[in-house]
Amino acid sequence: MSYETLQTLWFILIAILWIGFYFLEGFDFGVGMLLPFLGKKDEERRAIINTIGSVWDGNEVWLLTAGGATFAAFPHWYATMFSGFYLPLFLLLVGLIIRGISFEYRSKDPNPAWRNRFDWMIAVGSFLAALLLGTAFANLAKGVPIDANMNYVSPNGFVTTLGLLNPYGLIGGLTTVTVFLLHGANFLTLKLEGELRERARAISKKLYLAAAALTTLLLIATYIYTDIRTKLGVNPGIIPIASYAALLLTISFINRKMEGWAFISVAAHIVLTQITFFTLMFPRVMVSSLNPDWSLTIYNASSSQYTLTVMSIVALIFVPIVLAYQGWTYYMFRKRISTDKKTLIY
Amino acid sequence: MDPITLSRWQFGLTTVYHFLFVPLTLGLGWFVAYMQTRYYQTRDETFLKMAKFWGKLFLINFAIGVVTGIVQEFQFGMNWSEYSRYVGDIFGAPLAVEALLAFFMESTFLGVWIFGEGRVPEKVHLASIWLVALGSNFSALWILLANGWMQHPVGYVINEAKGRAELVDFFALIANPKGWMFFWHTISSGLATAAFLIIGVSAYHIIRKQNVDLFKRSFQMAVVVGLVTSLSLFLAGHTMGQYMYETQPMKFASVEAHWETSAPADFSIITIGDLSGKREVWSWRLPRVLSFLACNNFDCEVRGVNDIQAEYEALYGPGDYIPLMVVTYWTFRFMMTIGFFMIAASAYFLYLSLNDKLEKSKWLRWMPAMISLPYIANMSGWILTEMGRQPWIVQGLLKVEDAVSPNLTTLDLWISLIGYTVVYGALAVAMVKLMTKYAKAGPDAAMHESVDVVPALVGADD
Repeated sequence: MSYETLQTLWFILIAILWIGFYFLEGFDFGVGMLLPFLGKKDEERRAIINTIGSVWDGNEVWLLTAGGATFAAFPHWYATMFSGFYLPLFLLLVGLIIRGISFEYRSKDPNPAWRNRFDWMIAVGSFLAALLLGTAFANLAKGVPIDANMNYVSPNGFVTTLGLLNPYGLIGGLTTVTVFLLHGANFLTLKLEGELRERARAISKKLYLAAAALTTLLLIATYIYTDIRTKLGVNPGIIPIASYAALLLTISFINRKMEGWAFISVAAHIVLTQITFFTLMFPRVMVSSLNPDWSLTIYNASSSQYTLTVMSIVALIFVPIVLAYQGWTYYMFRKRISTDKKTLIY
Repeated sequence: MDPITLSRWQFGLTTVYHFLFVPLTLGLGWFVAYMQTRYYQTRDETFLKMAKFWGKLFLINFAIGVVTGIVQEFQFGMNWSEYSRYVGDIFGAPLAVEALLAFFMESTFLGVWIFGEGRVPEKVHLASIWLVALGSNFSALWILLANGWMQHPVGYVINEAKGRAELVDFFALIANPKGWMFFWHTISSGLATAAFLIIGVSAYHIIRKQNVDLFKRSFQMAVVVGLVTSLSLFLAGHTMGQYMYETQPMKFASVEAHWETSAPADFSIITIGDLSGKREVWSWRLPRVLSFLACNNFDCEVRGVNDIQAEYEALYGPGDYIPLMVVTYWTFRFMMTIGFFMIAASAYFLYLSLNDKLEKSKWLRWMPAMISLPYIANMSGWILTEMGRQPWIVQGLLKVEDAVSPNLTTLDLWISLIGYTVVYGALAVAMVKLMTKYAKAGPDAAMHESVDVVPALVGADD
């Protein structure tokens, strides 16, 4: 394969990893944030955690693989983004750490204070992760101060990444939080039984309003803060429109108690939004707000042709295997979760 | 402190912390898989209880290894962006393969193992714990191949135009003897760490005459593995030493505080240096042993620090190429001493348990405290390996001072360094609390999926 084809292929592969991560871990984060609010009694909280208990760790690996693949295929993208977004990523890591440990530890001690503390750590960790991912992606689309040497320049020389907390970044972050919350509520409606399921359904109606309002705001802001008009045109094409439509359709599914379709429509919204993001970026991977020539692209940020070829072969062999066994686990654990203590694990 | 120093401290702290938990994951997984297999074959309930009990400790430990591992994958880019740019073409590949091959496998099948009992066929449930053990050991292999490349770069060319190292031979990268020696040493230490945990916890219960049958079986299994793997550690270590002398002579000489080239060379048991750390004041030495360690021959010449320093200055330009010798020298001696102790202890207890005299031994009550020893050895080994490579981040190619992210401020680094320290400290408290509680509570508490069922037992020793 030609060098350019390989570079494009790896851009697409990394995009797929991020899309998979948003789709899968999106509902995990949503479930995590809803945990202390939706679950009143201990067994309710345990049932909520058990809906994602067997899969959250595997879902998180999509993020790790996206990171590893970026390092291998586009070292400059990895280096610029990870050092540039230093403090948000640090907080994201703290979020993932406190959340991951809490799933495993919360039920291993019967003390209610212990459990409550870990439940809140799950919620706060999930919130931090969702907020910071959304903020980071919005800033990627908007452009960040990258100099001629591909380095993120600190605007104040004091704290590197304070500049990411701009209005557009925050809109992106909050939108991601609400969409993930909605995704999580739909997932819970699908996986739970009885009263708890009805509570999840009720909250998904409210969350829909917040998600729809913020997504609309993000859509408008995207026309103001990014180069979407010149890049995709005022009419951005079928994918973003379908993405928005999918989100708006969700409420009719929720109202008709078609939770499967509600879940699918939000999932479609998340996937299509991510595709829009990567289409907007391509072939750039990091937009420089200082000078368009200093942007990182798949061409100037990539590994050598040899490395990309080797990695392509490895991916070709192992990605289908991973997808097969991960898909199989979802099939294995497809049953609804009840609050019956005997069936609960975490 | 300047950003480089802060970044180095942060990398050191987060990495050593991460590696506190990894060896037990690497080793204990195999034990649990074996115990569960024995139950599957024999239907002997004791084996099931063993698998559950040690499996519980495995899970408590595993969780911390996983969450601190995420930091490892991110911090190359976050704190060492120039390093990432320079080596990404090579170093990124094994990391990506590690995620794809190992992380997915261990995390997915761990989910199946925890949640699958009674829900998936028994054979699948059994296979899943084997896949978890295999996955975590795969992960070790790939990260050690990556680290092996930093110690001994192979299969690359320098692309001057792009200012970076580029991969030209993937097979050289995955066949790097350095990486495979590390792997051999690391899985041995993982098994030995697990063995000494099992020995210590079992000793605690045997002394108290609780579940004696179960814990004697566990103990016996562990002393066999402990003996074999601590011998294997020495063999691996000796092989690594010789290869180190070939590929990283400065590290070798600094580990031995071997200042002047000599033939034959003596091995220092204890050396006291002066305050500058560059001169020897007093030492106690074994004649000719260093020659043997370097080249399996009691007469060969072993180059000393001063000669190698002169050679490196000629090769790489002026600079200090000597690692912090007080660290390399003493970490090696800690590791060796503990290694000797582990061989002796496991051989002694193997002898006792074969002759059924275990309960009479007054040494048994010391074994719970000895659980900490492999941890100190593991830590020492990595500090030696990484600090012995200084000032290089990639041996001979890139120095640490040129590898750091140029855009980070001191404040950035203080925030993250303090943040990690607080979070990691809290994790350690929770982890040790749970480990101790479940280890003391014994197999009855672990038989239940949640502690709700038997809170009294689990809380018994608090």
